Amino acid sequence: MKKEELIAKLKTIVQPYIQDEEAFKNLTEETTFVGDLKINSANLVDVILDVEDEFDIRIENDEMERMLSVKAAMEIVTSKIAKE
Amino acid sequence: MTKVVITGMGVVAPNGVGLEAFTEAIKSGNSGITFHENLKAANFSCCIGGIPQVSKEKKLEYLTPLQLRGFNSSGILYGCMAGMDAWKDAGFEVNRDSELDYDSGCIFGTGTSGVDKFREAIYKLDAGDVKRMGSTVVLQTMASGISAYLGGILGLGNQVTTNSSACTTGTEAILMGFERIKNGQAKRMLVGSCSDDGTYIWGGFDAMRVMTYKHNDTPHQGSRPMSASASGFVPGSGAGAMVLESLESALERGATIYAEVLGGHVNSGGQRNGGTLTAPNSEAVQRCIVKAIENSGIDAKHIDTINGHLTATSKDSLEIENWTAALGRKGSDFPYINSLKSMVGHCLAAAGSIESVATVLQLKEQFVFPNINCDDVHPEILELIDDEKIPKQMIKKVLTIAAKASFGFGDVNACIIFKKYN
Repeated sequence: MKKEELIAKLKTIVQPYIQDEEAFKNLTEETTFVGDLKINSANLVDVILDVEDEFDIRIENDEMERMLSVKAAMEIVTSKIAKE
Repeated sequence: MTKVVITGMGVVAPNGVGLEAFTEAIKSGNSGITFHENLKAANFSCCIGGIPQVSKEKKLEYLTPLQLRGFNSSGILYGCMAGMDAWKDAGFEVNRDSELDYDSGCIFGTGTSGVDKFREAIYKLDAGDVKRMGSTVVLQTMASGISAYLGGILGLGNQVTTNSSACTTGTEAILMGFERIKNGQAKRMLVGSCSDDGTYIWGGFDAMRVMTYKHNDTPHQGSRPMSASASGFVPGSGAGAMVLESLESALERGATIYAEVLGGHVNSGGQRNGGTLTAPNSEAVQRCIVKAIENSGIDAKHIDTINGHLTATSKDSLEIENWTAALGRKGSDFPYINSLKSMVGHCLAAAGSIESVATVLQLKEQFVFPNINCDDVHPEILELIDDEKIPKQMIKKVLTIAAKASFGFGDVNACIIFKKYN
């Protein structure tokens, strides 16, 4: 999957949870979920579940702990899809 | 003004069932956290938890074979045991034919009642067997099941109700009973709270990833409040209970007095200013502590020891920060502080009452129980208070005033101040 395509998919996934429109509009690889997008930390679990459903993958606890930014999410998703 | 004292206590905790065993356990720093195969089988990330050890024979000391028919509500069992023990400890009889007492009531909280029974009922109902659910589904699954059971077993004729405010429940129940006596509406109130154990009550927390998954092989080390290596809470269960009584009534009866309830405060952060459904609004937390101190007619400098909420999540440092701000005390001037959760885990709705029983035992017997699993205190906490204020071994100490606080989902807070009775 192309990088741009992946970012677009992630963007659609996080949209319902974000609380900072400006940061969302300017979303890049460096954007963080809690710090920039102001997603309630309790909702991170739901973001993960949506990512799992979208890409048909399973994300482990230690991976989830690392998945705090768009970049980290892309890395994890990419590595999972590659294994399929 | 009427003074309110504690004349009886009961406890069913993962590390000790009954007041004597529990006292011994908290003095020694015994963990009640164990590995549970059923959690692993259900694919939980966290497979450890705190469940009180109650044998079949022990159950029969509290509930009749008829009451135990089709009984499947661990929270109500623990609550009945703790409540009946507290009542007996206060010098009353537990007798089916005892006279109805309009001056005694009960406020006994829970988060949700009889989840296992509820599941059983749903399966029967979905199979079209509604007629075969039996007569006790409602009693075991209604929120006020526990106060209904206790009210009948003890013959209480004053207010009999159940409160529910997540992890604040137990501490709130004590304050509600305190106020009722203070207002002259009752002479005695049995107060406390209970919580079920097991997969159905704990599953939602595992899904939120707020429980630790790093100690499945080392359960005793799993619950680590205030530690740098804390990685989430460990679920617990059980019940704690107290008999609150007007000083006048207690003296009249010649009852043993454990301690005095000086006062307290309950509030909410309204999920504003940083508060959310799951995170606290620090301003409201501090206000709750300050108001509790005011309500008790003491000064912050008089507090000798604190029993915190301290669950072993990333919020522990913030809680300590809130205590230092509310009390205006830090470093070596800060009171002693401990968290019972290091030994029993987070007993959820039962936490506030079990922890309050532990706090009052400290005042009665003049000790501060140890924080286990806290040899590596979090550096952020050490910037706020001295290491020696977080005892790792039990210490004997002259204690007069203890503060206990609980904070819960929904951004709700409760703080209570206990005083040694002279």
